[in-house]
Amino acid sequence: MSKPYLSLEQIDMVFSRGGTSTQVLNQVSLNVEKGEFISIIGHSGCGKSTLLNIVAGLTQATRGVVFLEGNVVDTPGPDRAVVFQNHSLLPWLTVYENVKLAVDKVFSSSKSRVERHEWTMRNLELVQMVHARDKRPSEVSGGMKQRVGIARALAMEPKVLLLDEPFGALDALTRAHLQDQVMQIHTELANTVLMITHDVDEAVLLSDRIVMMTNGPSARIGEILDVPLDRPRRRIELAADATYIRCRSSVLKFLYERHRLVEAA
Amino acid sequence: MTASPVPIRSNKKPPVAKIMTLSVPPKTGSPRRFPQWLTSLAAHVVPPVITLVFLLVLWEILCSSPTSSVPPPTRVVSETWELIAHPFYVGQGVDQGLFWHILASLKRVALGYCLAAVAGIALGTLVGQSEWAMRGLDPIFQVLRTVPPLAWLPLSLAAFKDGNPSAIFVIFITAIWPIIINTAVGIRNIPQDYQNVARVLRLNQFEYFTKIMIPAAAPYIFTGLRIGIGLSWLAIVAAEMLIGGVGIGFFIWDAWNSSRISDIILALIYVGIVGYLLDRAIAFIARAVTRNTASA
Repeated sequence: MSKPYLSLEQIDMVFSRGGTSTQVLNQVSLNVEKGEFISIIGHSGCGKSTLLNIVAGLTQATRGVVFLEGNVVDTPGPDRAVVFQNHSLLPWLTVYENVKLAVDKVFSSSKSRVERHEWTMRNLELVQMVHARDKRPSEVSGGMKQRVGIARALAMEPKVLLLDEPFGALDALTRAHLQDQVMQIHTELANTVLMITHDVDEAVLLSDRIVMMTNGPSARIGEILDVPLDRPRRRIELAADATYIRCRSSVLKFLYERHRLVEAA
Repeated sequence: MTASPVPIRSNKKPPVAKIMTLSVPPKTGSPRRFPQWLTSLAAHVVPPVITLVFLLVLWEILCSSPTSSVPPPTRVVSETWELIAHPFYVGQGVDQGLFWHILASLKRVALGYCLAAVAGIALGTLVGQSEWAMRGLDPIFQVLRTVPPLAWLPLSLAAFKDGNPSAIFVIFITAIWPIIINTAVGIRNIPQDYQNVARVLRLNQFEYFTKIMIPAAAPYIFTGLRIGIGLSWLAIVAAEMLIGGVGIGFFIWDAWNSSRISDIILALIYVGIVGYLLDRAIAFIARAVTRNTASA
């Protein structure tokens, strides 16, 4: 058996503060193949963002290792580009400069000045943001900011694209539009994607596999669901598709029957 | 609601909406006779002018008695007409036009303030970034910043043995505290998101400093710089009263010693106007540099 592209091996995460320690993640192991689109779903507080931060290298796991192409991941880097939930664009730079900053840094030696400009524009084209290239983040809508965030991440040519609830802060229509764009980009570029979400429809629509997390503290992977739907997927047709409905209901059952979030008093 | 996936690059033209023009019924009652900018200018200029005229009239009435120790505005103008009319007059020693006095004061402020800005931003960055530097330096800053500017003057006179560098030092020590403290707060408040972006991009220390830290903290730094310039101008007048020589502070002191009350009043007005202009200048630079992008 060949080594998986990205593998998480027995990740434990314990936060200690002032003598009390909370175990957030418990023995989380996951293998991801190249080009796969994986969603991680769970109730809030189950540590899914922590898991993503560990893969990103922004947080150190207490125990366990993340391998990417056989190499240990322990620091952040552009090979695991993150699209942050709140877009995290730098407000003093224009849309173009935000993407260019990443391009300049990642390809400082491998691309010429002109090539870097072209590559920046290519990625802005990919998310259809060329028209707003000279605007500042405060001058564009929430959906557009997130698109620029995606362009910045894609521009790093990451081995794994990490999406941290990328559409969480958007309205339903914008979200649907962006989900379609992400699907399209995934089809074109065949990126490996790890996405955190708490939206069941989003998970089923976009993913090849859905990783369902049990409730924290001490969350682990409860179940992994294959989504055997052909691509390209169209949300209108899927609404009546038997496989889609089956996947959707099994995620719903997991989240709301077997692992219902018990409100703490 | 949403249709099929949207193609990434589409040659299809979007459907063009038909444009309907709605006619606006003419407003009755208030016909617009003045252009917009003129009305907005008037709205900003008229109220202060009315207040000013009211205060001048009040002053004139209150000080109109011949025995009044403070001259009324009309007498101030007639007595200081020489100074108003000849700001560039050049005479012997401290007998100079008001322009030269103010210029001398501004030079001292410029030097002291620029030194304070450079040192203040550097120290503020250090304190904002390093937990240990903050623990070590912050208590000292908090004590020193409460020392009144003029209390430093005798010490600096002892150290520099000359009036001019002492005045510059007083400006420096007055302006530096708000710059240090605001810079440190700005650096400490850089959102975690920006730091995460920097870490994912693997920016090195220098790139982090120039591309994230300084722009992110710029609004705070400029707040400090604005407070600093105001304090500098407050301090220079007081310091010059004591050190003498050409300068608006000594001009006021000299006028008091020769009982030229009208000259003092004129100088106060000039000091106020220059202070206001300095503040506006820093505010203008702040707007130009931060481009109104303090937040996303």
